[in-house]
Amino acid sequence: MKKSLIWRSILISAVMVLAIVLFLPSLPEVRSSLPKWWPGNKINLGLDLQGGMHLVYQVQTEKALESFTARTAINLKNTAADKKINVVDVKPISATEIEATLANATDTNGFLTIASDTGVLERKSSEGTKVVLAVKNKEAERIKTNSVTQGVETIRNRIDQLGVAEPVILQQGTEEILVQLPGIKDPQRALNIIGKTALLEFKIVDEATQLTPPLPGNVQPGEEEKILAAYKDKVPADDEILFEKEVDRETGAVSRRPYLVKKEVRLTGEYLTEARVSIDQRGRPEVSFKFDTNGAKIFDQVTGSNIGKRLAIVLDGNIYSAPTIQSRIGADGVITGNYSEEEAKDLAIVLRAGALPAPLKPIQNLTVGPTLGNDSISAGQKAIVLGALLVIVFMAVYYKMSGIIADFAIGLNIVLLIGALAALSATLTLPGLAGILLTIGMGVDSNVLIFERIREELRLGKSVRAAIDGGYGKAFTTVFDSHVTTLITAAVLFQFGTGPIKGFAVSLSLGIMINLFTALVGTKVVFDFITSKWKLEKLSI
Amino acid sequence: MEILKKTNIDFMGKRNYAFAASAVLCLFGIICVVMMATGKANMGIDFAGGASADMIFAKPLNMADARGALDKAGFGDAEIQALSGEGSKFKLLVRVKKTNVPTEQVVGKLKEAFDKSFPDNPAVIDSSSAIGPTVGKALQKDALWAIIISFIGIIVYIAIRFEFRFGIAATIATFHDVLAVLGVFMLLHKEITLLVVTAVLTLAGYSLTDTVVVFDRIRENLKLRQKDGLLDIINSSINEVLSRTIVTSMTAFLTVLALFFFGGEVLHDFAFAMIFGIIVGTYSSIFVASPVLYVWKGTKGGRLIKAAMLTKQPVKDLSAKPAPVSVKPVQPAPEAKPVAVAPAPDGGAGKGKKGKGGRKKSGARA
Repeated sequence: MKKSLIWRSILISAVMVLAIVLFLPSLPEVRSSLPKWWPGNKINLGLDLQGGMHLVYQVQTEKALESFTARTAINLKNTAADKKINVVDVKPISATEIEATLANATDTNGFLTIASDTGVLERKSSEGTKVVLAVKNKEAERIKTNSVTQGVETIRNRIDQLGVAEPVILQQGTEEILVQLPGIKDPQRALNIIGKTALLEFKIVDEATQLTPPLPGNVQPGEEEKILAAYKDKVPADDEILFEKEVDRETGAVSRRPYLVKKEVRLTGEYLTEARVSIDQRGRPEVSFKFDTNGAKIFDQVTGSNIGKRLAIVLDGNIYSAPTIQSRIGADGVITGNYSEEEAKDLAIVLRAGALPAPLKPIQNLTVGPTLGNDSISAGQKAIVLGALLVIVFMAVYYKMSGIIADFAIGLNIVLLIGALAALSATLTLPGLAGILLTIGMGVDSNVLIFERIREELRLGKSVRAAIDGGYGKAFTTVFDSHVTTLITAAVLFQFGTGPIKGFAVSLSLGIMINLFTALVGTKVVFDFITSKWKLEKLSI
Repeated sequence: MEILKKTNIDFMGKRNYAFAASAVLCLFGIICVVMMATGKANMGIDFAGGASADMIFAKPLNMADARGALDKAGFGDAEIQALSGEGSKFKLLVRVKKTNVPTEQVVGKLKEAFDKSFPDNPAVIDSSSAIGPTVGKALQKDALWAIIISFIGIIVYIAIRFEFRFGIAATIATFHDVLAVLGVFMLLHKEITLLVVTAVLTLAGYSLTDTVVVFDRIRENLKLRQKDGLLDIINSSINEVLSRTIVTSMTAFLTVLALFFFGGEVLHDFAFAMIFGIIVGTYSSIFVASPVLYVWKGTKGGRLIKAAMLTKQPVKDLSAKPAPVSVKPVQPAPEAKPVAVAPAPDGGAGKGKKGKGGRKKSGARA
């Protein structure tokens, strides 16, 4: 008996030391005075305790597919022109299909060769002068998955520039992106930066076509729908109406100016290599950008052949400015508009980090402000202290000295639990704090079961030592069974729960498992020590 | 100190009253489940989709005025709740469940509405949630799966550790607890959120630990008192572990009580569900699990519950020790009939007498 008692005491002491070592980094007051080699991390606080944003976006992969198909159609048209095949029109007719109308039916085979040379198209049908092509399934899938992974990268780049500590950006499932920004101070700005599609397109304003009645000079924000509906049948097929934001210098009133613009996208933001904020001669912020060699070539050609016309610089479907093209422009350009400096900065960030390949739809936004976060922490702490106190007092009163031994076991249990949470880099959430509280309430039950059993044995007239051994031996299966049942539901909660709930499941499960050690081995060692040192006639229980 | 010394309450005798009370509780719970399935229950926005915002104002706001501001902005259906803020600040919780405005814009529009109506009392949005309808549906499905798998895990574990009959009884008791808590939430029109579902699953697990304490004693007594009827065994088992059951529930109860009063607004409903659940869980271990164990039809004995126990009539006076088998003088050997090997239908008697002097008193334990 003696030897095993010594071994067990050593084990318990070692565990106690380990628990304290792992636990200390989590106390903010102590943390700074710990030497560098101290193992263990501080405990991870969940968003609901430290404040922050939890966002889930759904990537509109269909749109990515649509724009790919549209771009492929344009490329086809240009290649056909290069190969001297006379083409009336090439246009997308659905997210994955392109219809080409040739001037001569005899050109069909030549056209089909060009199409298959792209490697991404296959023939769907060809009748007379009409050829219908479809994007290959594998390619379509690739584009969809790419739009999600690229979306993750783009968001990561944008967030890097926000300066958030330890952001989390992950793909979730096949089409969702999860973004977590702990401790962010300006949630709205983050939302704006992340959500901007930043699809930069250059189009030519159509000043040749006259509409009747002519487009109004400006409209109130919110009235855009009415204008679009009113002119729906009057707008030519290859034109569209886009709006520019105008701010009156004096009154600050915001209005929208409609333009009739040719739909065809001449150039997109993917050719951008740089975007910076600069100040123009009048002291207003503007965004200057630079194209790569290919982009510069195209831009040069577009501006060269449209001198005197207005170039619509369209961002996310809104015209940012529509300057008149004075001369050919090569690599450098400037976007001017009525921005504040912060808006210009954010626009530059977004242009630099790249355009999102597909628009993002926010489907979940949980923002916890610092007030709620702090309130939660203090409420949780208060409840734990009070609950622990109630239990400790109850055990001491009801089971006297044995109760006090059990109280120490619970204390060890909690210290070990927090140390384990820190060591495993588990996240402590508000429900996790409730889990710690429940560990106290349920963990002490192990000792209640054992002590009641010991009382029963004593009542039957057993000696103190025999009663203690009998109590521990017989109660073990009950304690074990009851913990397993709690663990079953905790495991299910971990599997199916969201962040805060997972935190609860982790706290409770770890607490209960550690309890098997502290309540059984921990307290038994103390009892064994007492009975080996002193021959007890009566047990304080 | 001991709350309860030796008791001799006829729990099983009162089982019909208990069944009636439990049936009422379960009925409320079933109504709640039906309401949840048909979308009429008060589901939190994490299940139903929608948006909520914690708005902090520098000056207190009159609830009627707040309601007016929301009506003007088209959010007449919103739920508003005033919460105590830090110091002199006034905190308003606004929840919007059904609206035509896209979810991600709701919070912004709420702020606009309040700023427009109360320009000198600007609102600061401290925390907000915006959950699209598809996410809510996915969460509902997950919650349902979690509940189903928990129950399967419970039946399997208890059936393995005890016997199938016990597994069924435990599951019915746990089911009863879940329904009781849901029923209370429905009656008090409290919101059912993901945290409430968490509480329900947790107390399902916890109520089980309570039931296991009783079953454990029943299992032990079944081995020791093989000649007694099942009803008596169950009754005395419950009496023996009564103080144990109550004290373990008491300790857990104290902790969730602390959570209820001091744990803050986020965990308030969770604590309420746990409080009610722990009380019902203790009740169900005694008055639901055990009687079901007895009442579950079948005369086929199992590993633990022998067939004999199922048919033996209950003893009238529980405090009396079971009558010892009277000692008859053994017949002279040649006239003794060989004992039949096959057990007689009423068990016990066919096995022959157990040595001299009758049976050991059942009170002693080795």
